[in-house]
Amino acid sequence: MNGAQDLGGQHGMGPVAPEKDEPYFHAEWEKRALGLTLSCGAFGAWTIDESRHARESLAPATYLSASYYEIWIRGLEILLKRHGFISAAELAAGQMLDNGREPKRILTADMVPGVLAKGGPCDRPAPDQPLFAAGDPVRTKNFNPETHTRLPRYARAKKGFIEAVQGSFVFPDDNAHGKGENPQWVYTVVFDGEEIWGEGADPTLTVSIDAWESYLERV
Amino acid sequence: MTSHSDDGDHHDHDHHDNHFSAVQARVKALETVLTQKGLIDPAAIDAIVDTYETKIGPRNGARVVAKAWSEPDFAGWLRSDATAAIASLGYTGRQGEHMRAVFNTPETHNLVVCTLCSCYPWSVLGLPPVWYKAPPYRSRAVIDPRGVLDEFGVTLPDTKKIRVWDSTAELRYIVIPERPFGTESLDQQALADLVTRDSMIGTGLAKSAGEAR
Repeated sequence: MNGAQDLGGQHGMGPVAPEKDEPYFHAEWEKRALGLTLSCGAFGAWTIDESRHARESLAPATYLSASYYEIWIRGLEILLKRHGFISAAELAAGQMLDNGREPKRILTADMVPGVLAKGGPCDRPAPDQPLFAAGDPVRTKNFNPETHTRLPRYARAKKGFIEAVQGSFVFPDDNAHGKGENPQWVYTVVFDGEEIWGEGADPTLTVSIDAWESYLERV
Repeated sequence: MTSHSDDGDHHDHDHHDNHFSAVQARVKALETVLTQKGLIDPAAIDAIVDTYETKIGPRNGARVVAKAWSEPDFAGWLRSDATAAIASLGYTGRQGEHMRAVFNTPETHNLVVCTLCSCYPWSVLGLPPVWYKAPPYRSRAVIDPRGVLDEFGVTLPDTKKIRVWDSTAELRYIVIPERPFGTESLDQQALADLVTRDSMIGTGLAKSAGEAR
């Protein structure tokens, strides 16, 4: 979706302002936000793609004015409500009102090391051979779905070339919406800065994205 | 030079402070409801936080880089199968499932960003810094990398190529910075001390031998 999350190339966001000796957390609630997000992810009720889509669906003004842990918490509230674990009334009251749905799994402290060490690999066998090979020229498609996609706006309808075939992975555009994993080949596609940014582009710049096969067409 | 005072209204920490109590209350309410429902174990949250505060952080990545600088075979393994090479040091798991190592050279500097969210190689670098997840870096890294690098105090030669890697899929990137001159005699422990977190994102360079400690 063309939401506030799709930031590449936007202007006016201000300086980066790196912080010297930045702490891992700036407040206690950020720690809880991290832990809550990972704990609820362990329910197994939604995928990482659905959670990304929940965050990017926040109203642009909210998204752009929130810190990232706040974005996570707002996204988490959406997911918990959507999947029947909590209600809006409970969030407003700050206490339990109904039982709600039971998750497949509840993350307990003893499970944490194993769960974090395992992660969530999302490579899957693809049904077909890759359509493209390293060195092939390609063009990214131009599309503007209101649904989840991982093809940024700045890289749509642009000519580049395949640098590497990276394997086959869950297709987020489908998986975010409960339409199945439908794995596809993923390629690193490289573009000249000038192809993307045109006049005045840094002549030394190349930009790459990792693109699912259906984002690409042969030139 | 840019600074906090140039454009304070747009700086992340102002948002942070303005919203602080409201967000804090929001998170507290959510944790309370989930705890009352038995859906979360507060001790699990503590364990997650402890993991990323004390066990998984950029020293992991620094050891990967030092080994790559010291052992050509390991560097070759990183190029061909970074996930396995990094796993051989015990660094695996969440947000490091599919790793790629990209090597800086005299000709090319690599910079990693996630313009669409906050994808970052947790298994080797730990949790991302605030700036990595915030709009200024995510918007500008792909269009004005030299301007971004300038804010980190990094100036590259005009002729040096810059390759920006936008982490749009599930591959997670670690930059292997160039080995500083004059470090031939250093062991891997001493070399790892030269490797900063930012040098593995591409917003910094490795420290010179004289800067160690």
